[in-house]
Amino acid sequence: MRNRKRVGWHKYINGVTIATLVTAIFVLLPLYWLVASSFKSPNDVGNSPPQLFPNPISGANYSNAFVGYDFGIYFRNSIIVTLCTTALVLVLGTLAGYALGRLPMRGKFTTLVVLLIISVFPAVAVLAPLYLLMREIGWLNSYQGLILPYTAFNLPFAIWILRNYMLGIPKEMEETGRIDGASPLRTVWTIILPQALPGVFTAGIFCFTACWTEFLMALTFNDANNYRTIPVGIAEFGGNFQVPYGTIFAASVVAVVPIGILVFIFRKFVISGLTSGAVKG
Amino acid sequence: MATVSLENINKVYENGFHAVKDLSVDIAEGEFMILVGPSGCGKSTALRMIAGLEDITSGILRIGGKEANDETPKERDIAMVFQNYALYPHMTVAENIGFALKLRKTPKEELNAKVKEAADILGLTEWLDRKPGQLSGGQRQRVAMGRAIVREPSVFLMDEPLSNLDAKLRVQMRAEVSRIQRRIGVATVYVTHDQVEAMTMGDRVTVLRDGILQQCDTPQNLYDNPDNVFVAAFIGSPSQNLYDAALTEGARSIKLGSQEIPLPEAVRQKRPGLASYAGKDVVVGMRPEHLPAAKPGDTGPTLVGDVDLIEALGSEQVVHFTIDAHRVIAEGALEKDEAEAVGAGEGVSRVDAKYPVKVGDRVTFAIDIEDMQFFDTQTGLAIRG
Repeated sequence: MRNRKRVGWHKYINGVTIATLVTAIFVLLPLYWLVASSFKSPNDVGNSPPQLFPNPISGANYSNAFVGYDFGIYFRNSIIVTLCTTALVLVLGTLAGYALGRLPMRGKFTTLVVLLIISVFPAVAVLAPLYLLMREIGWLNSYQGLILPYTAFNLPFAIWILRNYMLGIPKEMEETGRIDGASPLRTVWTIILPQALPGVFTAGIFCFTACWTEFLMALTFNDANNYRTIPVGIAEFGGNFQVPYGTIFAASVVAVVPIGILVFIFRKFVISGLTSGAVKG
Repeated sequence: MATVSLENINKVYENGFHAVKDLSVDIAEGEFMILVGPSGCGKSTALRMIAGLEDITSGILRIGGKEANDETPKERDIAMVFQNYALYPHMTVAENIGFALKLRKTPKEELNAKVKEAADILGLTEWLDRKPGQLSGGQRQRVAMGRAIVREPSVFLMDEPLSNLDAKLRVQMRAEVSRIQRRIGVATVYVTHDQVEAMTMGDRVTVLRDGILQQCDTPQNLYDNPDNVFVAAFIGSPSQNLYDAALTEGARSIKLGSQEIPLPEAVRQKRPGLASYAGKDVVVGMRPEHLPAAKPGDTGPTLVGDVDLIEALGSEQVVHFTIDAHRVIAEGALEKDEAEAVGAGEGVSRVDAKYPVKVGDRVTFAIDIEDMQFFDTQTGLAIRG
């Protein structure tokens, strides 16, 4: 009777499903706790025993974040820094990735290895010299003071992703473009780039996430309230004698939303971008 | 006047590899010229030099009478179809076909009319709004053709355009491409490694080997009068039977292993050059169809062989046999695996489907001696005049 075919919902019970479920709960539980707690009233957040569901549902934490603290300013700063960096990284990364992936060039391998080394370089090692440099040129507490180093640190990885993606596009694409009479820039823009879009989105999302959540440089270079980004802003919520957990949770939820939306919209591209080059065709 | 003329064209790559050596070919207006040869023979390189995708190391390329060595691909007025079609996957069929015209800033009405006309010729009208990913292999192939013909170029270049298709579709598209080429009447250079394509499609065929021109002639002439052993072995399927043989004194007969085959006066007259090979070694070639099974009462020269294998094709039988002569394999004419599979004295004959024969039989084949071909053992060149 051991081989009896399982019917109805029984057929879904097997080792794989259970393992997946356990992993999913393990990953999602903190997220659930974050969202649920953000909707509790400030006094209920630290209740013992804890409330599994917010009761009553309250928006007080959210209004507190935006009104009581300057979360709106932090959000704006994060948007400016992240979007500018991502745009810069994608423009430079696409051109560099195209050149390294498809153009006949000397020293390609060396360039790629150097880029790889830079991309795994610990940011903390260059923090002090960068701080001194920024102070010297007067870029402390400015947007460009974050945009530039963010670009430098995110570009190598973006170039790698884009180069790998470009490598997968057949070389006949350019040749047929040349025969059709397209200029090199036109070829990149109208023929190669549209085919490399999944790679561009993947690189974009990685860069966006890295900048959005970056803490160390943001804390070091932009300490003035007007230039703080979200991670630094949230960390400095509260005062000496209290930690406003509810407000922190609410701000964190708002901070996670843009990344969630981005990944949701571009999820197909990201998956194909990450697996490109793994299998030919 | 030749539409495309190659004059002593050479291609030497940076690493010193000499891919094309002193290639000279003229392609007339409206002519369908095939470049054929085993892989690595330089045929694609030659095509890419005509397209302007590879620099020409030395020699002169003329397109429409004008020297084109330094012209960009765009200036050469050519269109090319690639092996993998190289369709733009993000554009619709109509956009793909019209892309070159769009770059030339052709007015929209004219562009649409031309795209529609090309689509009509190729039977693509109902697919114009589709993306290449939604099309079958044959349809993609036709879109690639459409992209080429819409530009009304003076030369078509095609680089193994059918090799990605399955066998049945390839036969169909072979006829289709020929039909379209005749209809448009544009000079075409078509690269293939498939000698069946070469024979069936081309007005003339250029055979290349190791970057060197072997012969350029009509398919029938290549088949009947190959200039050398390589062409003799490369053209034709099944491949020609080539054996080391010796001409007897006075060239009255040839010794093929232990068998002696008399050479009639007519053959000696047709190939006076044979006289100087009397008493020397030569290579003889016999097409499988010139070696049918002998019928009772046949009085002509014969060859006796032991049957190893029979491939019954329905319409005929391809009989593989062995004789005690040395089989000559022209280097590069057969794929490596194929060459290794050929036995020492193996030969092939096309035998009537109804002829009773089985493996192990000793069969007498009638030799069509007039069509026997002779080659110099050292140079491999044909012995004729």
